[in-house]
Amino acid sequence: MQAANTNAAEPAVAVGPREYVTVLVGEAMFGLAIERVHDVFVPSGVTGVPLAPREIVGLINLRGRVVTALCLRRRLGLPDRAPGAACMAIGLEQGAETFALVTDGVGEVLKLGADTSEPVPINLDARWRDLATAVHRLDGRLLVILDIGALLAFGESLAA
Amino acid sequence: MDDLLREFLTESAEHLDTVDAELVKFEQDPNNQPILRNIFRLVHTIKGTCGFLGLPRLEALAHAAENLMGRFRDGFPVSSASVTLILATLDRLKAILADLEAGGTEPAGSDADLIEALDAMSQEPATPPAAAPASAPLVVQALARELKPGEVSLEDLERAFMEAEGPDELPPLTAPTPVAEAPAPAAATAPAPAPAPQAPAAEAKPVEMSPEAEAAAQKNRTIRVNVETLEHLMTMVSELVLTRNQLLEIARRHEDSSYKVPLQRLSHVTAELQDGVMKTRMQPIGNAWQKLPRVVRDLSAELSKGIELVMLGAETELDRQVLELIKDPLTHMVRNSADHGIESTGERIRAGKPAGGTIRLSAYHEGGTISIEIADDGRGLDLVAIRRKAVDRGIASQADVERMSDSEVAKFIFHAGFSTAQTVTSVSGRGVGMDVVKTNIESIGGMIDIATQRGAGTTFTIKIPLTLAIISALIVEASGQRYAVPQIAVLELVRIEAEGTHRVEHINGAPVLRLRERLLPITSLSGLMKADTDQAGGPVSGFVVVAQVGRQRFGILVDEVFHTEEIVVKPMSSKLRHIPLFAGNTILGDGAVVLIVDPNGIARKVGQGAVSSDSATQVDEAAEAALDKATLLVFKGGGSFKAVPLSLVTRIEEIDASKIEWLAGRPLIQYRGKLMPLVPADPAIVIRSQGTQALVVFSDGDRAMGLVVDEIVDIVEDHLNVEIVAERSDLIGSAVLRGRATDIVDVAHFLPLAYDDWARGPRAAKAKNPTLLLVDDSAFFRNLLTPVLKAAGYDVATAAGADEAIARLKADPDISVVVADLEMPVRSGFDLVAEMRRGGGRISGLPVIALSGAIGPDAVTRARALAINDLVAKFDRSGLVAALAELDAAPLDQAA
Repeated sequence: MQAANTNAAEPAVAVGPREYVTVLVGEAMFGLAIERVHDVFVPSGVTGVPLAPREIVGLINLRGRVVTALCLRRRLGLPDRAPGAACMAIGLEQGAETFALVTDGVGEVLKLGADTSEPVPINLDARWRDLATAVHRLDGRLLVILDIGALLAFGESLAA
Repeated sequence: MDDLLREFLTESAEHLDTVDAELVKFEQDPNNQPILRNIFRLVHTIKGTCGFLGLPRLEALAHAAENLMGRFRDGFPVSSASVTLILATLDRLKAILADLEAGGTEPAGSDADLIEALDAMSQEPATPPAAAPASAPLVVQALARELKPGEVSLEDLERAFMEAEGPDELPPLTAPTPVAEAPAPAAATAPAPAPAPQAPAAEAKPVEMSPEAEAAAQKNRTIRVNVETLEHLMTMVSELVLTRNQLLEIARRHEDSSYKVPLQRLSHVTAELQDGVMKTRMQPIGNAWQKLPRVVRDLSAELSKGIELVMLGAETELDRQVLELIKDPLTHMVRNSADHGIESTGERIRAGKPAGGTIRLSAYHEGGTISIEIADDGRGLDLVAIRRKAVDRGIASQADVERMSDSEVAKFIFHAGFSTAQTVTSVSGRGVGMDVVKTNIESIGGMIDIATQRGAGTTFTIKIPLTLAIISALIVEASGQRYAVPQIAVLELVRIEAEGTHRVEHINGAPVLRLRERLLPITSLSGLMKADTDQAGGPVSGFVVVAQVGRQRFGILVDEVFHTEEIVVKPMSSKLRHIPLFAGNTILGDGAVVLIVDPNGIARKVGQGAVSSDSATQVDEAAEAALDKATLLVFKGGGSFKAVPLSLVTRIEEIDASKIEWLAGRPLIQYRGKLMPLVPADPAIVIRSQGTQALVVFSDGDRAMGLVVDEIVDIVEDHLNVEIVAERSDLIGSAVLRGRATDIVDVAHFLPLAYDDWARGPRAAKAKNPTLLLVDDSAFFRNLLTPVLKAAGYDVATAAGADEAIARLKADPDISVVVADLEMPVRSGFDLVAEMRRGGGRISGLPVIALSGAIGPDAVTRARALAINDLVAKFDRSGLVAALAELDAAPLDQAA
C-alpha cells in the first residue's frame, strides 16, 4: 500500500509541475503535496498523551475538532527542538481523522517540475528513505519531498 | 433500487421479526384473537405489497402461510408442527428478502416444498384454502376477503401504505376502509408513502374511538429518518454543547452581565435540544429482544425441555448504538441459560420444580444506566466444579478459590475457554462466548454480575450506560494534567492527607487506603501515566477516587479534583487506540482537550500490581526485600521505641483509662463483652488512671490480651536486621527502624503474663503435643513464629537451614509436621522438601507447610509437584495456624 503510493507519486511528478508546501525542520527543507494540506496553524494547548508512541506529541483542539499532533522531528529521528522555540503545524487528513504535523516553520508554496526532480539518494538514512519520494534541486538548497501516507503510517505496527 | 422497493424491504424485515415473536406467543395462547389478527395482518400486508411490486415468489409463499393462518383464525387447532412450518416459511421469506436486498431482484428458486406442506396442512379437514376465512365475522371484513395470487385490490394497496406508516397495531380497519377508497389511488401512484394514509386514519378517529385506534393514530404520526441524518444531528448538537460550555466558561471570567441572560437561555435551549436529539436515538430495548422468543422456542424444541421466556420492561429505552452492541451478548446469554441453566424436564420433576423452566428477562432504568437481568430458575452454577476447574486450569490457586466469595468464583465463567458443561451441545458448552459477552459489555462501559444459587437458578445482571455519546465525567488532575473519569465508575471521593485520618499506607510498596474497615488498593494516576517516579514512599496527599468495575473496587490517587461535567466522548485516534488506559478524549468548556480515563483499563492495571509494572531492577529489589522485610507496629513505651510485627497484632485501641479495673492486683478491662487482661509493654510504663490509654491487642481464638503502651507511633515497613540481646526476655532484640533504634518486643514473653496457661495453649489437655519442625534461616522469624506455634499446641523444634533440618528429622522421630521457609540462602525450601520426599520412609511422608514471601503461580506449581500440603504467606500468622489445623483435622477424618 505504501509502496503503491510511492510509485503513484513519481509518475505524477514526471507529468507536470506540482505544487508543494515547504516546511522547515532545523536546516532541512521538506515539501508536502499541497492537495493534502488542509490547514496551517500555530499549535497551542497541546494535551500530552501518556504512553503514546514517541512521535505523537499530543492532542490539539483545532476549531472544535480533536486532532492528533505528531512531531516531524521525532518522525525523522531528529533531536527535539529547543523548548520554547517557535513551531508551526500543518493540518493533514488521513481517512476520517485529522492530524497535525508539527514543524519548525512553514515556508512558501513552490511549483516544481520534473526537471529538478531526482530520485532519493540511496545513501540516505533508511528512516528518511522510507518517507521521501524525491529530492528537488533548488537554488542553493535541496527540497526533500515527503510522502504523507508514509509519514502517517506508524503506530499501529508498533502497537501490534 | 427504487425507493419503493427499499421501503418495502425495511418494512418487511420488521414485520417478519414481529411475526416471529408473535407466533411464539400465539402458540402458547392459541385463543388470543388479537395476536392472531396481528400476525395475519402483517403477513397479509407483505403478501399484498409483493403482489403490487411484482415479486411472485415471495407472494406465493406469503399467500400459502396466510392460508394456514386463516385456518387458525377459524378455529383450526394450533399445533407445534404447524407453527414450526410457518416459522420455516418466514425464514425462507427472510432469505429471499436478503437476496432481494443484495441483488435488487427476486432470486430464482422454488418454494414448492414449503408451499405444498403449508397447503397440505391447511387442507387437512378438506376445506379449500380460498374459502377458508370467509366466515370470520369477528375479524375484519376487509381482511377476510381472500385474494388470488397476482390480484391486488385498491384496498390492499391502501392498507399496504397505511402499514408503511405504522408497522405495529392498527385498528381493525372496519370503518376506515370505505373512506379510504377515495385517497387510495393517489397514494398508489406516489413513489413513497405519502401523507395520504394519515387522512383516513384521522377521519376514522371519530368513528372508532377504541384505544387501539388512538394508538394507531399516534403511531401514524411517526416518520422514518435515515440513521445518518440522526447521527449528523447528534454530532452537531455535541458541538453546540461544547460551544455553549466554552461560552459559559468565558462568561464566568467576565463581569459584564449584559449577555448573561441570553446566554442562560441559550444554555437551556441547548440542554433541551440535546435531550431531544438524544431521544431520537432512543429505542425500546424490546427491539433487541425481538428475536429471543423465537430463539428460545427453537431451543426448547431442540433440547426437548419446556422453556418459557418472560420479558419485562421491553419498553425501556436506550441509545440505539448501545442497543446494537448488546443484542448479540443478550442472545448468547439467553441461549446459555436455556441450554445450561434450565435442567431437563425429568431432572426438574425429580427436583420438585415445575416441569417447564422459565427465563426471565427484565430491563429497567436506574440513574443514568439501564439494568438488564437475565434470570433462570434452573440448576444454578456448580461453584464446586468451577472452583476445581479454576485451579485445574491454573487461573487461581486452591487457597485463592477457597477464600473467594461465591460471586467472585462465579465470575470465572467469563474466562476464555472456561466451560463446566459436561457435554458439548450444538447450542453451547464450548466455552466460547461468555468471555466475549463480558468483553463486549465492558467495552461499552457496562458491567456484568452473577448471582447464583445451586438448584434455584442463576441471575445475570448487566448494567450499561444509556448512551455512549455524552457522559457525565469527573475532571481530575494528576501531575499537572487534567483527565476525565466517567462518573458511572466513581463511587466516592476521599481526601488524603499525610497526617489526616485518611492516609495512604504501603504494604510491600503497594499503596492501600483504609476505608471503613476495609483495605482499598490504590493506584496513582500519575504512576499509571508514568508521569513522575518520585512519588513512591513519601507522604501522599491529594484525593482518592474510589471506583468500582464489576466486583473490583479500587482507588485512583489524583492530585486534584475539579468538578463534574457533561462531556462529549470523541474516539481516540487510531494511533492511540492501543493504549488501554483511555476510553476517548473530549474538549472541555475552556477549550482544552482532555483524555477520558477508562476505568476498565485501570482496573486491569491495578490487578497486575504496581510492583510488576515498575522497572526490572525494582522488581529484583522488591523480591530480595520481601525475604527480610517486615511490617512492624512502632510504639513508645518505657522511654524507648519498641516494635512488634504487625501480623501478630489483632487491633490497636485507645481506651478510656477510667474503665480499667483492677482485680487481685492485675489490670483488666471489659473488652467486647469479655474481661481482657492488660500487661505493660515495659516495666517502666505506668498504666494511666485518667485520659486515654493506648493498647495493642493480641488475640488467639477467644482470648485476648492488651499490651499497654505509652503511644502508638507508626507502622513501618523495613528491612529487619535484628541484633539479639539476651539479657531481657521481653525483647527479641533491637533493630534500626527508620533511623531509630527500636526494641523488637517478644510477644511470647507477654502472653503467659496475661494467661498462665496460654503457652500451653487450648490443647493443653492433650497427653502429648505433636512436634513441629520450623525451618527458617532468619532467627527473627524463628523467634517470632515459635510462640505462635506453641500457642497453637505444638512442641517446636527449629532448624536454621535445609541441612540442619534433615539432620533434625533423622534424629527426632517425634516430628510430625514441617513448616519450612521457601526462600533460604544456600539451599531453598524446595530443595529441602525434595530431599525429604526422596529420602523414603517416615520422613518422605511428612506433611509440609511452606512459607513464602511471594506466592506466585510457579511457586504454587512447584509446591504441588512436591506434595507440599499448603503454601502460606510469610506474615500470615492466622493462615499458618489454619493450615496446621487443617492438617490436624485430616488424619482425624481418616480415622473416623
